[in-house]
Order: sequence, then C-alpha cells, then structure tokens
Amino acid sequence: MIALVGALGVVAVGTGLLVFTVNSMARATFLLLASFVAVAVLLIAFGLGYLGTVIVLMMTIEMMIMAVFMVMLMMNPAGLMPMTMVHNRWGSWAIALVVFGLLAAGAWLVPFPTTGRAAQDPTVALGDALMGPQMLTMMTLGLALLATIVGTVAVAVSRR
Amino acid sequence: MTELVLRIALTVAAALVATGLYGALSQQSIVMIMMGLELVVNGLILGAGAFWWAGGGGTDASVLVVVLVTVMAVEMALGFAVALALYRARQVDLTDDAAELAG
Repeated sequence: MIALVGALGVVAVGTGLLVFTVNSMARATFLLLASFVAVAVLLIAFGLGYLGTVIVLMMTIEMMIMAVFMVMLMMNPAGLMPMTMVHNRWGSWAIALVVFGLLAAGAWLVPFPTTGRAAQDPTVALGDALMGPQMLTMMTLGLALLATIVGTVAVAVSRR
Repeated sequence: MTELVLRIALTVAAALVATGLYGALSQQSIVMIMMGLELVVNGLILGAGAFWWAGGGGTDASVLVVVLVTVMAVEMALGFAVALALYRARQVDLTDDAAELAG
C-alpha cells in the first residue's frame, strides 16, 4: 500500500506540475486527466470503487469539453507559438511552497486517530447515508446543481 | 502502517493543492486558471479518500468526496460560462485583458 500510494502520488503530482510547464494547452488537458486518473485509482485502492469510477468517467468527459473550449476560444491551444502566459511566477511559487510546507507539516505532526477497516460495503453505506442522515447534503447539492444549470445558461447566452 | 499511508497520502494531497494554487495564481489564460482550481480540488479528494480509508467504516469522508466532485462540476460549468461571456463581450481569453469590470 505504501509503494502504491507513493508511486501514484508521484504520478499525480508530476503530471500536475507538467500541466503548467508544457507549451501545448491540449497536452496540459490530458496531463491533468492523468493526474485525476491517478487519484481515482488511489481511491479505488482505498476501497472507494464507486467514487473512483465516477471520477474517472466524469473527468474524461470534462477534459474533452475543456479541449473543445480551448480550440474555440484560446489563441494558442496547440502551443505551436511558444509563449509564456504567466504573471508573477516567483511570487506564485513562493506562496505555493509556503502552503505546501504548512499542509505537509500538518500531515506529519498532527496525531491522527486510525481505526480498523470498514465493515459494510462502502457504496451501500454511502447510498444509505445520502438517502438518510445526509439527506440535507444531497438536497443542497441538487439545488446547487440546478442553480448552476440556470446560472450557466443565463451567463453564457448571447445578448445580441 | 495505516497511519504512515495516511500521512504519505496527505503529503501528496498537500503537493497537489500547492501545485494547483501555483497554477491558479500564475497562469493568465482563463482555462489554465480553471485547471489550477481543479488540481486543488483533486488534492482535497485524495485527502478525503485517505481519511475514509484510515478512519474505517464512517460515511462522512465519502460524502465529502461526493460534495467535492459536485464542486468540481459546478466550478467547471460556471467557469466555462464566464469564459464564454467574456469572449462574447470583448474577445479576450487572458485575465490581464479583463482587469476592469465595466462592460
């Protein structure tokens, strides 16, 4: 398990870093997809098979939509004209490294309580929770998604 | 053993959050900023999954993963809507060209 988490973690972070270093935005999209798939495989290894599969399916479609948007709107989607499209690179690096230092220190210094493994099938347990004690969460998510549908159409529709 | 795996997974999650933060802060292209935000949420998903695995039995962490996946979908949809509206209004795809709010 340690080797799996380490290896897939390196893949996830490595492809995540490459997203912001390659010239081609289309390539960056697929690297981001690789990062998501690595995390999804980790979730499946943790025992959350349903959620991991949902993430893989959702992200594959989402990244395809992102690639279409790039071709539609961006001026340099394929990276054929190499140009830097960043501002305040060193300031951003400094903030990111400080945040990583703080979070990683928390990960190693906080004493976490760890208990045994799950007894019930996690997918059944998740369904029971969402249709039972977590119903308010589920309803809030449903309402948020409905508001997103309405808001997205309202913002994106042509005004002419 | 369980605790060590949890700490390694949380470190990886922290690295993903920091990488996404760097991208969201430094990139000029709107789509690349959205990719940075997605990476941050990716790190949060990994952290929640690791806590579910180490915590054993409870459903709170897996419900959190469901919430995070929804957050990602909402962020993506609204981000594209804003990018489209901005492009319709002034044909820009960089945040630096959209520094003023006046339509």
